[in-house]
Amino acid sequence: MPDPITNPATPEAYFGKEAVTAALADHAAIQGLAALITDAKWDRNELTLTVASDTIVAACEAAKTSGYNFLEDVTAVDWFPTEPRFQISYSILSLSLKQRIRLVARLAEGETIASITSVWPAANFYEREVFDLFGVPFTGHPRLTRIMMPDNWEGHPLRKDYPVEGYR
Amino acid sequence: MAFLEEVLEPGVEKKRDTTGATLAGFRTAESLVPDKTAEDMIIPGVEDVVDESTSGHKPHGSDPVSDQTMILNMGPQHPSTHGVLRLVIEVDGETIISLAPDIGYLHTGIEKTCEAKFYAQVTPLTDRIDYLCPMTNNTAYALAVEKLLGIEVPERAQILRVLFNELTRIQSHLVWLGTHAMDIGALTVFLYCFREREDLMRIFEAVSGQRMMTSYVRIGGLALEPPADLYATIRKFLKNFPEKIAEYEGLLNNNPIWISRLKGVGHLSPEDAIALGVTGPPLRASGVDFDVRRDMPYSSYEKFTFAVPVSNGCDVWARYIVRMEEMRESTKICLQALDMLASMPEGRIVADAPKIILPDREQMKTQMESLIHHFKIVTEGFAVPAGEVTSSVEAPHGMMNYYVVSDGTAKPYRVHMRNADFATLQALETMCKGKLIADVVAIIGSIDIVLGAIDR
Repeated sequence: MPDPITNPATPEAYFGKEAVTAALADHAAIQGLAALITDAKWDRNELTLTVASDTIVAACEAAKTSGYNFLEDVTAVDWFPTEPRFQISYSILSLSLKQRIRLVARLAEGETIASITSVWPAANFYEREVFDLFGVPFTGHPRLTRIMMPDNWEGHPLRKDYPVEGYR
Repeated sequence: MAFLEEVLEPGVEKKRDTTGATLAGFRTAESLVPDKTAEDMIIPGVEDVVDESTSGHKPHGSDPVSDQTMILNMGPQHPSTHGVLRLVIEVDGETIISLAPDIGYLHTGIEKTCEAKFYAQVTPLTDRIDYLCPMTNNTAYALAVEKLLGIEVPERAQILRVLFNELTRIQSHLVWLGTHAMDIGALTVFLYCFREREDLMRIFEAVSGQRMMTSYVRIGGLALEPPADLYATIRKFLKNFPEKIAEYEGLLNNNPIWISRLKGVGHLSPEDAIALGVTGPPLRASGVDFDVRRDMPYSSYEKFTFAVPVSNGCDVWARYIVRMEEMRESTKICLQALDMLASMPEGRIVADAPKIILPDREQMKTQMESLIHHFKIVTEGFAVPAGEVTSSVEAPHGMMNYYVVSDGTAKPYRVHMRNADFATLQALETMCKGKLIADVVAIIGSIDIVLGAIDR
């Protein structure tokens, strides 16, 4: 399998599921997650795969089966006022393929997303952090409490409509 | 005692299969501690530990006395938690039944602050995240922004980045060794380690003007040309350093207290390490052969030859051995970098991008165009093409990733730091369960955490 990270045949960017699937047909993640991807992006030598927020656990299982066995990071981006507002980014590494992929799910204010702690226990602290700083609830998390801010804190600091400075 | 003997033979490096690690139940048989400990909660929270102590086991004050357990608060103001880490521990006598870390005491909202700064103004903030390895933080951030901008850093600057990243690794490992040994009770090692650290601090001061918060690695290159005599100073330090490592080992390796406090303590199987997101020396000490510098090279690490120390010990002792070997390998990398720099012609240490990188002082004072660029960069920053990137470097504590999202403006839309310490802390409960309170101190020392990197 040609390595898409170092393979000079694919230096340019591809946007959209069809274009990425056609250009990177050999990529382990594309093969493993083909049925779940709703959108895809190959940009700056990084693969970003968008999945529906209700299939995130299945997508993580599929990524793990395809060899992406190490969960690095779970974080969020607040695209306020664009809807759906939150982008949850999962950075997943393959220790054997030496590649990383980014799984992305979008969800609106008030929506929930399933916790992936059943797939990788390492997601525990990261999901608590996203819950604390963005206010995104994860269903099925063993103990979803604030991790950075005090328990009685109001608001979620990393939201774009939360001020950087000043009094609350 | 059979277990203790088979724990580790330094130098014996067996490759372990890291693909398809068995995660069923998340704990392997060897890490399960029978009878006394609480049932497997997989990274419990503080409330879990408290609930568990009042339901499953008989709380303090009940009868008979032998069945009572106690909740013990360790930290946040405790010298051996290496910062403001609070642990809530349920103990039966001195045996740990369950344990939960409570963090956030040092949360300063750096990620939020980054969103209000220009790209170049974020660099000094990154120093303060993992404050024992500022150069590594700077490099990880610079790599991410350079990837967004699509600019190429000159080879000389890349080699210099490697040189200072490795010196920073030695510096960070020296702080780890000194404090870890002091936690165990060996105070002399701390004094020796800080003696060598002082040399490194002077090198950092000579190159950047700052001992700790260097901000030396900038977007597109480096801040300043190193002083003319600095390479000789570094070479002299590196020449003497291997015998200093031998000196530390001479103090520790045959010390019976050191051996019995470290060997067989804090077992972390490779399957658990992967499932819990552990990276860096603790991962390699669990037998997983992965190092970002070798496996996913950045900043021209592919031009260097070095070994990645791996151990199958899975315990505190193995982590000690791995880090000591890493210091030796870092010394070799630094010497190679100095040789490369000596054979390389003088040249730029910043990329050729006048609209992104501040012109030097003389140009700014003499050339109209440079003055305009300087004014524009300082007042308006520079726009970065929209996109999202992840950069990954091997920091002294493990894998450090910077996730930077740009919306096309001069300020980052989102900066997220993935520090090894945050994930490694999740493995603390697995390593401590069923051990004694004194072992917690040894295990915290062995995972080498910095609370600045955890709380951000």
